[in-house]
Amino acid sequence: MEKSLARYIWDHTRPQQLFILLIVALSMIPYYLAFDLPKQIVNGPIQGSGFDQPGDTELFMPISFDIPFWGHVELYGGLPLERMPSLLALSLTFLVLVIINGLFKYYINTYKGRLGERLLRRIRYELVDRILRFPPKYFKHVKAGEVSSMVKDEVEPLGGFTADAFVQPALLGGQALTALIFIFIQHFWLGFIAFAMAMIQVGIIPRMRRRLIELGRERQITARQLAGRVAEIVDGIGTIHAYDTSNYERADIAARLGHIFRIRYDIYQWKFLVKFLNNFLAQLTPFLFYCIGGYLTIVGKLDVGQLVAVINAYKELPGPLKELIDWELVRQDVQVKYEQVVEQFDADNLIEPEIQALNAANGTMLNHPLSATNLVLEDDIGGRVLEHVSVKISPGETVAIIGTAASGGDRLAEALGRIIWPAGGKVTAGDDDLYALPESVTGRRISYASPDAYFFHGSLEDNLLYGVKHAPVEPAAYKGAASDQRKWDVLEAQRSGNPDFDLKGNWIDLETLHANGSAGLFGSMMAVLDIVELSDDVLQLALHSTLPADAEVAPAVAAEIVALRRDLREELNRRDMNNLVIPFEEDAYNTEAPVAENLFFGMMPDPKASTRAIVKTSYFRNIMRESGLGDALFKMGQGIAESTVELFKDLPPDHPFFEQLTYMRGDEIPTYQHLLQRLRHNATPSDEDRIALIRLSFFYVEPRHRFGVLDEALMRKIVEVRHQFHANLPPELQGYIERYDPNAYLTSGTLVDNIVFGKLNHRYSDAVPKLREIGGDLLRKRPELYRALMALGLESNVGAGGRRLNNLQRLKLSLARALIRRSDYYIFNRPLSGLDHHLQEHIVEAALAFLAKSGDNPAVVWVLSNTPLAKHFKRVLAFDGGTLVEDGAYDTIVESGTVYKQLIA
Amino acid sequence: MILNDEVQMLRRVPLFSGIDAAKLKLLAFASNRVCYREGQELFHQGDEGDAAYVVLSGVVDVYKAGPSGDEKIASAGCCSVVGEIAILCGTARNATVKASTAVEALRISKDCFLKVLSTCPRSMAETMRVVGQRLAHSH
Repeated sequence: MEKSLARYIWDHTRPQQLFILLIVALSMIPYYLAFDLPKQIVNGPIQGSGFDQPGDTELFMPISFDIPFWGHVELYGGLPLERMPSLLALSLTFLVLVIINGLFKYYINTYKGRLGERLLRRIRYELVDRILRFPPKYFKHVKAGEVSSMVKDEVEPLGGFTADAFVQPALLGGQALTALIFIFIQHFWLGFIAFAMAMIQVGIIPRMRRRLIELGRERQITARQLAGRVAEIVDGIGTIHAYDTSNYERADIAARLGHIFRIRYDIYQWKFLVKFLNNFLAQLTPFLFYCIGGYLTIVGKLDVGQLVAVINAYKELPGPLKELIDWELVRQDVQVKYEQVVEQFDADNLIEPEIQALNAANGTMLNHPLSATNLVLEDDIGGRVLEHVSVKISPGETVAIIGTAASGGDRLAEALGRIIWPAGGKVTAGDDDLYALPESVTGRRISYASPDAYFFHGSLEDNLLYGVKHAPVEPAAYKGAASDQRKWDVLEAQRSGNPDFDLKGNWIDLETLHANGSAGLFGSMMAVLDIVELSDDVLQLALHSTLPADAEVAPAVAAEIVALRRDLREELNRRDMNNLVIPFEEDAYNTEAPVAENLFFGMMPDPKASTRAIVKTSYFRNIMRESGLGDALFKMGQGIAESTVELFKDLPPDHPFFEQLTYMRGDEIPTYQHLLQRLRHNATPSDEDRIALIRLSFFYVEPRHRFGVLDEALMRKIVEVRHQFHANLPPELQGYIERYDPNAYLTSGTLVDNIVFGKLNHRYSDAVPKLREIGGDLLRKRPELYRALMALGLESNVGAGGRRLNNLQRLKLSLARALIRRSDYYIFNRPLSGLDHHLQEHIVEAALAFLAKSGDNPAVVWVLSNTPLAKHFKRVLAFDGGTLVEDGAYDTIVESGTVYKQLIA
Repeated sequence: MILNDEVQMLRRVPLFSGIDAAKLKLLAFASNRVCYREGQELFHQGDEGDAAYVVLSGVVDVYKAGPSGDEKIASAGCCSVVGEIAILCGTARNATVKASTAVEALRISKDCFLKVLSTCPRSMAETMRVVGQRLAHSH
């Protein structure tokens, strides 16, 4: 990248800079005219010079020039006006000039702003572009947080400066010069004083600020390191908790903040010292004007109008001057920042842009053998991890790589997958160096999967299809305003040197997928999810999420789900298992649900907050009072409290039995004990006591707690009050609760809530697996619904880095992401390490069968974490100590090789 | 059946005979009432032992894996305890227990079971007797 910021800016914005300079120059004319007017107004109409007699006129706005070597040119002779009209005319002219100056300023500022933003966009893009082109080794030394802080924050001031890089010195210099020249014209010596003072300011101040720039650089580096550390804390939060090092991290952050504080405080001290000096020098000049100019006026060498004009003009001088000095400082500051960033983003062996060039054609096949010749690989500290390995893999071969963890086989796979670059030797595809081939060939015709695969924030589907988004194959269709917007986007992207690839277009070429008959994209996804045995997880994700109300399929899915609910009930009846679920029924008490749920009889999006809001209302309280249920529940709560206190009063608070106590905290036992005592002595309980006990009754589930405080009569009563409660539910409460209706879909519930639509009987430990089994069978009879649910599951977010998935799911997804691509070579680098052996075998078999029948006859290189699985491959490479020790057909390696025997021993 | 009824049942279990009523009630409260259909397994030989069961109603059969498949070695009915050996000895389940009729039982988690027994010296002696008996029985 260009080392000098000024040059970088000039190279990319030259025409615009020249244009804006021209505009600035033009703006000087009204600017200067506005200076001269006050003098004319004061000396002319106000003081009356030239209007000595009533009726005298002066010429208004004569336009004439003296052109050297030419003579006097008169364009307009001027309009003769009397004293009052003259005053008015001159004042109005002044007003017009003020407006023109303002408009010029407005135009220049917006133009500059846009220019700056474009350059900022260009720099940021260029930096990220370089990140994408860095050699893999670079990333072992950088912290993600620091790099993102550079791209985001550190280049930000560069944008602001861009616009000012040439315009500001021209504008301000012009203004200052204009003011100075004006003062010179009025009076040479006063002009000279102003000039001398200005020179002192311009000379001294920047020198003093040099220290400030150094501090600024230090501040930048420390702030960047802070960003890096914060990102590290976020990434490593698990380790920090596991080893109780949070206070070590606190100490580290505090130390860094202290360091930054010291630097910033230092900066303030210098900054305000310089400011003080600057202000002092600026104020010294008017002192001289008043003193000397006043003297000159008194002795008659200067007229009052001139003095006023000089002082007026001088008012305009310190402003531009100060800004000019500020500009110089900003320039130095951003130059430093720019150098810093460029230094960080400078790497010798960047990947050539041609290698990553966009290519929408998918025709090129890699039907040459993939070979490593004398390949040497090194780790970070230069240790050899692979020594002079030569191996050739032909199209269509299935190759297993076996060996211990550090034997070098996985490194070879990394080199074939272009994860690491060779330190010696070559990796070639046919005659071409693998690293010289465009990524549109290597990145598509070779699919690599390993356990440390990264997942991007987004949906499961986004991640599954990530590996096929090489180029937009079909532009998005835009209409009306969106089309204009798109045109604008393209134009602006080009103006900032950004690519205009359309993110909203279709990036998925079905040709690049293992399309499964006519099922297309969805069919391909289902097929690979089945192979890696992830389909069930996806289905579970869908079932445990709520149906997005805005989804197009929502009404159809909801209807199907309600139908499935009925199917489930019938099926349970048929199998005589209807006691597994106690359904929600309008007129029946649900014995497995707590009292509150029976009373409110509806789904609450946020049960705690909703209950709290509902019980506060007078509507609810009236119903409770009038029906007598309040009293009944109060008595019930009293019974629960008595039994609980009796059970737990002598237990130490850390006793494991407290885990079973769900409706009361261990430390609340004494509180309730006191409450019960008060009730025994005092007939009328306080409101608070009533609420506390009724609250207890809300959590009560008879079959679970078994205190025998809930009888048939009370259950009937609760159902009665349930009806009353819902009969006239005020609109403001309706948002809190969605009434259970066996024939309607509960929008605030998950899909599983909607299918089961009842409470599981907790006495049957196998209720969940049984229901899952029956539900699965029923779902298979509704392929449309199954498909919709899978689509819904694929939309679930995987979280940052895929953290919302568990490790097993991540491994499976990583493999699926590679399998879904049509490639000529599949390099699998222990993709299933950590899975149990049965599952590994299933998946390896299924994946090999899937690739074999795909029709492309691809080669598969699989680094096995489970050696016996080598039997599924035709050829076996055995590695030991960084060298290839055996290479041959499976049978020979197993029979005559030593590595295989050692590994399975 | 409410807590107090369960306590009455627990009193009839020899292992708990030395424990006072209040403790038994607590034990009952801390345990889950579970139901099994006929033929359903309570636990399987070789599984990790995480709970003991007190049969409240119905009959369970105890099976041991033998050379010719599972062999039934015993049956247990109301007020008997099954699955306590794995908890007391910290070993895997040494037998499979299946419901031979519809069964209701009290599932006592390992922590609760050990905690209650450890509070009562008489129970400890009783425990040792039971363990010894079972061991003698199985060899």
